[in-house]
Amino acid sequence: MTNPISDILNETELMFLIGTNPTEAHPVIGYKMRKAARKGVKLVVCDPRHIDLVDEADYWLRLKPGTDIPLLNGLMHIIIKEGLEDKKFIEERTENYEELKAIVESYTPERVSELTGISVDDLYSVARLYAKTDKAMIFYTLGITEHICGTRNVMSCANLAMLTGHLGRPGCGVCPQRGQNNVQGACDMGALPNVFSGYQGVGVDAAREKHEKAWGVPLSGKVGLKIPEMFKAAHEGQVKAMYILGENPVLTDPDANHIRKALEHLEFLVVQELFLTETAEYADVILPAASFAECDGTFTNTERRVQRVRQAIDPIPGQANWQTICQMVTKMGYPMSYNDPSEIWDEMASLSPSMAGINYQRIDEMNSIQWPCPTTDHPGTPVLHVGKFTRGLGLFQPSEHIPPAEMPDAEYPFLLSTGRILQHYNVTTPYSPGISSIWDKEMSEVNPQDAEKLGVKTGDKLKVTSRRGEAITNVKVTDRVLPGVIWMSFHYNGTPTNALTSDGLDPITGTGEYKVAAVKLEKI
Amino acid sequence: MLVELVKLNINGREVEAPAGSTILQAAELAGIEIPRLCYDKELSPLGACRLCVVEVKGNRLLPASCVTPISAGMVVDTESPAVAEARKTILELLIANHPLDCMTCDKLGDCKLADYCYKYGVKDSAFAGEKHDYAIDDSNPFIIRDLNKCILCGACVRACEELTGADNLSYLNRGFHRKATTAGDVDYIDSDNCVFCGQCVAVCPTGALTEKTLAGKARRWDIDRVRTTCPFCGTGCNFDLAVKEGKIIGVLSNPDAPVNQRMLCVKGRFGWDYIYNEKRLTSPLIKKNGKFETASWDEAYDLIATKFKEIKDKYGSESFAALSSARCTNEENFLVGKFTRAVMGTNNVDHCART
Repeated sequence: MTNPISDILNETELMFLIGTNPTEAHPVIGYKMRKAARKGVKLVVCDPRHIDLVDEADYWLRLKPGTDIPLLNGLMHIIIKEGLEDKKFIEERTENYEELKAIVESYTPERVSELTGISVDDLYSVARLYAKTDKAMIFYTLGITEHICGTRNVMSCANLAMLTGHLGRPGCGVCPQRGQNNVQGACDMGALPNVFSGYQGVGVDAAREKHEKAWGVPLSGKVGLKIPEMFKAAHEGQVKAMYILGENPVLTDPDANHIRKALEHLEFLVVQELFLTETAEYADVILPAASFAECDGTFTNTERRVQRVRQAIDPIPGQANWQTICQMVTKMGYPMSYNDPSEIWDEMASLSPSMAGINYQRIDEMNSIQWPCPTTDHPGTPVLHVGKFTRGLGLFQPSEHIPPAEMPDAEYPFLLSTGRILQHYNVTTPYSPGISSIWDKEMSEVNPQDAEKLGVKTGDKLKVTSRRGEAITNVKVTDRVLPGVIWMSFHYNGTPTNALTSDGLDPITGTGEYKVAAVKLEKI
Repeated sequence: MLVELVKLNINGREVEAPAGSTILQAAELAGIEIPRLCYDKELSPLGACRLCVVEVKGNRLLPASCVTPISAGMVVDTESPAVAEARKTILELLIANHPLDCMTCDKLGDCKLADYCYKYGVKDSAFAGEKHDYAIDDSNPFIIRDLNKCILCGACVRACEELTGADNLSYLNRGFHRKATTAGDVDYIDSDNCVFCGQCVAVCPTGALTEKTLAGKARRWDIDRVRTTCPFCGTGCNFDLAVKEGKIIGVLSNPDAPVNQRMLCVKGRFGWDYIYNEKRLTSPLIKKNGKFETASWDEAYDLIATKFKEIKDKYGSESFAALSSARCTNEENFLVGKFTRAVMGTNNVDHCART
């Protein structure tokens, strides 16, 4: 997030939500949004599904799945036509505006209405409202990114914010809510194939040399494999061994059968996990992991806020995860020894300029610190891009409409979209006795019109089949979803939704198109 | 924007507070705590319990300080004999219809009603009369509701409406039969609007709403609170793990949490019990002939070191790949990156940011 969560209640005048269901996926952020809307902050919800916040919204743009770019281009088209763009911001802080203008030119309200299903009137109203509101925030999550055009969707959100000067100020910004407790931190720490911690490129000589000196070994400058590439390489025999920490790709990654086959092909697999997961079943060695309550450390939240994780009980497997990793690596002949996780943080911070000013003592004193924080007297940075973008000028990167990789057809007539529900998290909650005593099975959402045609009512079972796999699910009949759509979560191993999901990937990030796949439904 | 400061006198001290403050807020700024039950700084003021009454010179009534604005030159006494007498009477009225089973009540130690009765020496009530006999609602795995202990402060109703916006709790009936309850007056488990965020439990000043996992497990003063960050979603809520004798027994909100204050969701407040799921792995396992067998750490490390080295030597560094975890700590993720790069010699490290 470019801006802090506290801006929702303290600063902003308009929340523009696209492809995000905060009251379920980020509940406390969602509750704050609802509170803000009720005290008069304007709310626009762009979502094919009737999510809870629709009931608080000034405008609900119920777009057809996979038409985010046409919608955003259409809003920008109106803003430019009506002269509502922020000319000073565009002139001083951005580049490539002419290309944006040229591309959105053809996205007339009429054409966009046809593509998205949103009325022309609503397009005008929302374009004017967003452009004319001084402080407006855009929020998105995986409804934007989990498409083959995910990167282009994100850029289109950024284009809209730059066009109207809604960046670099309190109450504004482009705010992706990160899905997992430490997905921000895992990226910040360099658990990515192209960067060291602090987003320092592995191909950048100075960054690599710095790490070579600190770690005392030569390092590769070749960008590594992304997850989908790893599994493809495993499938094809180039990757022979894997170490997997706290991930269950068989349940959570798209096209699960492909993942299973890839894991089968490995010569050696080590999994460090809390439970014997579907993925751990494929392991040659399993190392028992400690939960968050058994480890000291830090998590970094969606607004770049570094906070402490504190050990509350003795680790159930006998030792914390960092100790296990250190012992395993030391056994391989590379001594790795720390007295305490704070020493690991300090090593990382000494190598990462954007986090160099953060240490455990300061976190304890200040409760939390938001990076960038380059020095130990720096207060942290709640708002990004004030006065200047990280790259200098903000680059407009416009895009044409890119339809989903797989759309319903005669054989697979329903559109499957997936997501998270309030009561569950990707991996651990099914093991919570309390949670699973109430929410124990998939309840896929089907529109009443379709339910009638299929002859099912709430509680009945459906077989869902895609070109890649099948799953049995219970049905919840609800007009939360459009006719022709089935919406499923991916939490239950009894209904492995990701056996169905598309193998379409965003070509830049390798993110799967979890939001759109074609399926057929049969009553059983 | 400059806020006008108003000067007034509280308990003989000249104090200042921003115009528009209530007497209770002005006192708090000056470090003077006025007893209160229904007032909660995260919720709208209600003025229902009257425990925060104070004496204001020139006012023959005792106004509720949580809803009375300050004015210049006001002279306030927060603990005058008349105030103390009034509070004592209010407490006697409250406990007239409150079970005095504090010795077994899970909230004792964190119960404001008991704390104030202690402060004002209220042991029992002169107002004997009818008492409620509501059935206890323990229909769900998370919250125990004992409406017999409800003092109608309305904190739960306001939290449900103002913090979560679920609008599930409201008042029903009048007079003696008035109750703060769910829509349709059903058990929590049958309540369609309830999202089990537990905000109602976090703000309840008495034992009316309590965490089920804490029931019978510990007196409040025996609980160690370890502040930490929630392991679900990227919001970054903080809370305290409630620990008794080395075991986690619950989650308690912490008003100092930077992102969420006392707000949590069903996962953060009640989903922690996966930690003690009997299916937790407790020792290394090595697969032999297709079956996992328990192994020592050293056996596991030896096998891993041998195999990883063998594969690296035979096929090269690029034949190895590591999946790190968006659920693990920064420190663990940094180590996985370092291991992959410095030891295995490849940048094949990723995590589920993209999947």
